[in-house]
Amino acid sequence: MITKNGYRRIVIEPVTRVEGHGKVTILLDEAGKVARARLHIVEFRGFERFIEGRPFWEMPVAVQRLCGICPVSHHLCAAKAVDRIVGGEKLTPTAEKVRRLMHYGQFLQSHALHFFHLCSPDLLFGFDSDVANRNVLGVAARYPELAKKGILLRKYGQEVIRVTAGKRIHGTGAIPGGVNKNVNAAEREYLKKDIDQILAWSEESLAIAKQYTVDHLAEIAEFGSFPSNHLAVVRADGAMDLYDGGLRAVDAEGSVIFDHFDDQRYYEAIGEEVRDWSYMKFPFIRSLGMEHGWYRVGPLARVNACDFIDTPKAEAARKEFKGLAGGKPVNVTMAYHWARMIELVHAAEKIALLLDDPDIGGTELLASGRRRREGVGVLEAPRGTLFHHYRVDENDQIAMANLIVSTTSNNEPMNRAVEKVAKDHLSGVEITEGLLNHVEVAIRAYDPCLSCATHALGRMPLVVEVVDAAGCVVDRKARD
Amino acid sequence: MSARPGERQKPKIATVSLAGCFGCHMSILDIDERILDLAKVVEFSRSPINDLKKFDGRCAVGIVEGGCANEENVEVLREFRRKCDILVSLGDCATMGGIPALRNSIPLSECLETAYLDGPTVVNPLGRIPSDEEIPLLLDKVYPCHEIVKIDLFLPGCPPSAEAIFSALTGILGKSRPDLPYELLKYD
Repeated sequence: MITKNGYRRIVIEPVTRVEGHGKVTILLDEAGKVARARLHIVEFRGFERFIEGRPFWEMPVAVQRLCGICPVSHHLCAAKAVDRIVGGEKLTPTAEKVRRLMHYGQFLQSHALHFFHLCSPDLLFGFDSDVANRNVLGVAARYPELAKKGILLRKYGQEVIRVTAGKRIHGTGAIPGGVNKNVNAAEREYLKKDIDQILAWSEESLAIAKQYTVDHLAEIAEFGSFPSNHLAVVRADGAMDLYDGGLRAVDAEGSVIFDHFDDQRYYEAIGEEVRDWSYMKFPFIRSLGMEHGWYRVGPLARVNACDFIDTPKAEAARKEFKGLAGGKPVNVTMAYHWARMIELVHAAEKIALLLDDPDIGGTELLASGRRRREGVGVLEAPRGTLFHHYRVDENDQIAMANLIVSTTSNNEPMNRAVEKVAKDHLSGVEITEGLLNHVEVAIRAYDPCLSCATHALGRMPLVVEVVDAAGCVVDRKARD
Repeated sequence: MSARPGERQKPKIATVSLAGCFGCHMSILDIDERILDLAKVVEFSRSPINDLKKFDGRCAVGIVEGGCANEENVEVLREFRRKCDILVSLGDCATMGGIPALRNSIPLSECLETAYLDGPTVVNPLGRIPSDEEIPLLLDKVYPCHEIVKIDLFLPGCPPSAEAIFSALTGILGKSRPDLPYELLKYD
């Protein structure tokens, strides 16, 4: 297709083996050189508006419907925000540990899903391998044992979630100020019987991701890569903490931009730019400004930003990982996979520790205190730092909601990765399906969750129509 | 995934997520290792978990997650109807609109303004709302799939359990009425 500006337009639609709906457009000039490449997300849902007026205690179950891959992230992040509304943010040990167990279970399932079910064909078969085999069943046909381990790793994570939240997807474990159940002795034994196997398989997965990165470093070092800032939550002592802590941002060289920033004032640190040419907002670090303040989140950012990991196997892996860049932050986009598998091991180690902790069977489930009208929840979701912010009115109904989901923070980096890969690999050559998959490989490194990110996307022409139609109803565009 | 010469053609299954959250697709994967058994008797056509972007032939079963929130959802759903013998509405969003349909009582303009102009982190001095012709036009409301095309089987739940999905699929593929006892159907 030729655009009105004379460019040849190539579209990848839908972007596959990622969560949600996205498409890529690439514009080529007359010489076949890539002039522009962009990742678009093509949905709008409007969560922030339509949850206004709902009772605040619904948030952990309603807002998790943003995402079926990482519902636990939204479930717990919303719960952390509404904990503050009931004054129950200082959780009982049982509540905090059961929530953490749920959270680590979700890291295990989400990271396993991404690595095995979604990405492994690119890494095992090559970026331009036969399209018919580029899926988990193709992997199963060639590497049956490996595929089965991936499926069972995910299954175990889902079972941890089921035990702590009542069901595998969209559960109900966390409530304002705590949890609605503990982990009883039978459930503990059920999960304990497989954890050693899970730990061993997690380490095998880590070894595969590491070996892939080391073996292919020459070709992937520049693939969709660039120096960037990194943002993550860290514990008070600088350890990686996926559930709670302060905000830390470091630059591409590892210098601290801010540290232990109070999550309740996140909006003073982070702004979101709206640009004419894009659908997703563009978060940035306010002190650096719009142009230079963009940053990455997710496994790469977390491993880069923390001082250490508090479980031994993951910590040993982190040290090795940081060796890639001489101890400074690793800015290689494809290194996301290795970092993600370090976290897979960390999650398995944490689950093992919690299953030996008597507190998860405790009976003190709820905390409460002085009521507030506002609360912010921040945690690390599998795909990066997640922010939920709610204000309630005198009837305990939501009066304001603001969500910055993980994938939104990676908007600028993903667009840069798409553009870089397109320019490096598609300019002036005959464009094949396999070459187009290169662009998707760069997007997949970020493990984007496009459904999450679509809570707040829209289109100007639509708004014009809405306003012109006296500010009420848009014409239904579907034709019969 | 394609049939070898001499091998009898396996029935094809296509899946898609429209205005959903992918949770129903995750619940399909929650059949765990049985997905490997399923792969022995069916072949997957287009699906977000493989790289087939288009239909590669007629499908015995089409599984649709999510309702219709934009014009693209409608086009894709109609194509699924044309290309699939049995069309399944999977989950509460496909069968009833689900959580995304909470926006049906609110003017769309308010949803967009809240997202782009009003949030405490929005930095938008020019009052811009993004524009691009690449984005499909939104519908006035979120519609369940059966208001757009004929649906043959409804599987409720948020999401339907893996057991319900597996049971429904084996029933359809065995050309019998799926065995879905009351306990497997949950409207949550």
